[in-house]
Amino acid sequence: MQLRINQTTYEVDADADTPLLWVIRDDLGLTGTKYGCGLAQCGACSVLVDGAVVRACVTPVAGVVGREITTIEAVEADAVGKRVVSAWVKHQVAQCGYCQSGQVMAATALLKHTPHPSDAQIAAAMVNLCRCGTYNAIHAAVHDVAAAQENA
Amino acid sequence: MNDSLRVTGVAQPFPVGEPVNISRRSFLLASAGTAVGALVLGFGLPLGLSRVQAATGNAAAPGTQVPAFLEIRPDGRIRLLSPFMEGGQGIFTAMAQIVGEELDADPATFLIDSAPPGEQYVVMDNGMRITGGSMSVRTSYPTMRRLGALARAMLLQAAAERLGVPVGDLSTEPGRVIHAASGRTLGYGELAAQAMDLPVPDPASVTLRDPSQFRWIGKPVQRVDAYDKSTGKAVYSIDVKVDGMLHAAVQHAPRLGMRVGELRNEAQVKAMKGVHSVHRLPGAVAVVAERWWHAKRAVEAVQVQWLEASADAKVRQMPADFSSDAFRDQLAAATGPARDEENEGDFGKAFADAATQVEATYHNQFLNHAQLEPPSALARFNPDGTLEVWLPNQAPDMFRADMAKRTGLDPSQITLHSPLLGGFFGRHFLYDSANPYPQAILLAKAVGRPVKLIWSREEEFLRDALRPMAVVKFRAALDAQGLPVAIEAVSATEGPTEAIAGKQGEKIDPTALEGLSGKAYAIPSKRIAQVYVKGPAMLGYWRSVGNSLNDFFYEAFLDELADKGKQDPFELRLHLLRDNQRLTNLLQAVGDLSGGWKRGPFTAEDGSRRARGVAMASPFGSEAAVIAEVSIEQGQVKVHDIWEAIDPGSIVNPAIIEAQVNGAVSLGLSQALVEEAVYVNGQPRARNYDLYPILSAQRMARVHVRIVESGAKMGGIGEPPLPAVAPAVANAVAHLTGQRIRSMPLSRYTFS
Repeated sequence: MQLRINQTTYEVDADADTPLLWVIRDDLGLTGTKYGCGLAQCGACSVLVDGAVVRACVTPVAGVVGREITTIEAVEADAVGKRVVSAWVKHQVAQCGYCQSGQVMAATALLKHTPHPSDAQIAAAMVNLCRCGTYNAIHAAVHDVAAAQENA
Repeated sequence: MNDSLRVTGVAQPFPVGEPVNISRRSFLLASAGTAVGALVLGFGLPLGLSRVQAATGNAAAPGTQVPAFLEIRPDGRIRLLSPFMEGGQGIFTAMAQIVGEELDADPATFLIDSAPPGEQYVVMDNGMRITGGSMSVRTSYPTMRRLGALARAMLLQAAAERLGVPVGDLSTEPGRVIHAASGRTLGYGELAAQAMDLPVPDPASVTLRDPSQFRWIGKPVQRVDAYDKSTGKAVYSIDVKVDGMLHAAVQHAPRLGMRVGELRNEAQVKAMKGVHSVHRLPGAVAVVAERWWHAKRAVEAVQVQWLEASADAKVRQMPADFSSDAFRDQLAAATGPARDEENEGDFGKAFADAATQVEATYHNQFLNHAQLEPPSALARFNPDGTLEVWLPNQAPDMFRADMAKRTGLDPSQITLHSPLLGGFFGRHFLYDSANPYPQAILLAKAVGRPVKLIWSREEEFLRDALRPMAVVKFRAALDAQGLPVAIEAVSATEGPTEAIAGKQGEKIDPTALEGLSGKAYAIPSKRIAQVYVKGPAMLGYWRSVGNSLNDFFYEAFLDELADKGKQDPFELRLHLLRDNQRLTNLLQAVGDLSGGWKRGPFTAEDGSRRARGVAMASPFGSEAAVIAEVSIEQGQVKVHDIWEAIDPGSIVNPAIIEAQVNGAVSLGLSQALVEEAVYVNGQPRARNYDLYPILSAQRMARVHVRIVESGAKMGGIGEPPLPAVAPAVANAVAHLTGQRIRSMPLSRYTFS
């Protein structure tokens, strides 16, 4: 089957029910997307499918054929994604960093759809787990991007 | 495609014997052509070492073998091999600040990898090399500064020879040697090759920079890994791949100690798509496949007849009837014998004579580490019989020694790579039965190809080493004024160190009682003791270790004493610390930070009823004081704000400290509010985050940090902000609801 990932078309030989995560990581070697739980609990595997955030660990690969998939490796090719990454660096969000690919993707999806999210909207969208406790820094970084977009 | 992560199997791009770490950066190192003109201090180690030893005659001085640590590239970038692992705590950045300060090189120019095992990297002043106990900076600070100064001296000497001027006429500015008289300058990169041929100077000959002149130490320097970790470029063990690699997944015995019997459907599993082979391992079945997903699906399909443990099993045996609640009752019923850690004054007499006696029993829960990166290990046997292993670890020399023991190889034949840790919190010490590398090594040997084994989240929760449980019986005496004059705490527990050893040591395991012991309050009579109760659960170190439970017990009970004696808990602590200026200052600092101590209950602007609690802790060489503000929302505790004042004596990076306080608060709230590893019928109830909740963003509190630099001996920072969080919350909740909180997590309580 063919997958569109980061503006590139890949011919992939995988079972239809293989989770997108493992195709991305093992077949395509894009290891920025992380395995954390395999149950859509933690969000470390978050990617964008047609601009919406999706948990790749429970997304059968057959279901995303013909759709536009974006992984963390290409997040900076997106204008909003680039601002999110800058805010993540500015706020020094990452500690261990393992969940941050997913956090950045979730924030990018939120801010693409909702450029000026309220606290409640941020809380509803930014639900990925972080064991290092970077939640406050994430919140500040998301707000920062939103405020900058307001001024832009 | 991320080709930079690849290492070719045969045509190694690295010279033999070079300490290799498979990361984007070390690939850059290789691809940048280090053989050409770089000060390749990291290469040719044996020669370099002998030269160093010959030159200094003092090979034993830690952290003086400059070539083992530093490589300066032609472009001036500086590669540092860190003796400590980076797992979020910011140690790579701290090392760049500390070495860079004395080397006179901007931390932003550093590329950092973790150092391989080896004597030359033993830089801690206690003679160890681990990443744990919040010890990295405080035990290596002068040594790592001196390392930077020695390297700078070598560059100065090289420049003096190059320019034909006395070394005394030279100075440096970041990354350059300056000859002020002639205006000539040389970049460090230009001097690298020449400097490498010089002997390392006598360690006593270098002068360290006056702290008043620091440019980077003490400043909120940006993390060296912030960008890579925000863009998916950071490489963890789970991401590493090598040519020809197969993937493996395991199914562990449902209870530790059980053995593999018949595999009822082995033929069918072998025929499943992608399966390479099926393997019986000690206490586990493994499937090796071309892809991990196939390995995982196949191994989960294996129908294993699990046999009870044999009498001579080397691992702990988990009985079929074990339950964590019943174990708590067993701890509560344990009567002795007890061993005293602290015994001052005459507790028995003071208690008997007291105007008021108070008694209470506290307990806590088992916890998982629940770091986001599931454990993995990649093992490769090279054609020459040597072994390479990539794995998360906090103690490379211990791990390599264990691998040598298991394989019969000499440690020199084992190369150990330590990629970034996707969280650790104590998870990646050497816990027999809780690490995947022994399995990965067996599998690589069996299939004759490199094997990367990933434990699924479910298998990780089944084999993780747990934070210990304790039941603590307190007794205390108050005088006629309601002030505590005697306190006794007897903890029925097994500490992690004695659990790993499998037996009680001759001395008390300090990790069992820390936080009950070591309290600073002036209470004239005290007795802190342990009743050792060996349990079947495999135990480990969890961020802030004994303090994570014991400060909860002690500080919550201290609030009970305050209430019983009609004292304000903040004022009582001030009174008990009246002769301790450092802690008096710290407590007042957190009071100020919170806008002045205000216990409540009070009505907040949003109409909610709130209260505040206070607690303190003295963990890992630092001092911490916390105030928490809580309310009850729909029967659950809501923590609105945490104010924390922390005094680590002196600091290296205030921004990272603030991040570490946030992280420790998060974990402290997690254990206080929601987290618990429950065992029923010998098995964990939770095998994933669905049934093992960790703190979510929704339940995180606002965190306000004040760093107090008292100038006392430098303490730790990764763990110290954690222990006072839970008791501050518990004390606030107790005051708000009138309900005593004597256990964690609070999700077990009903609040109205």
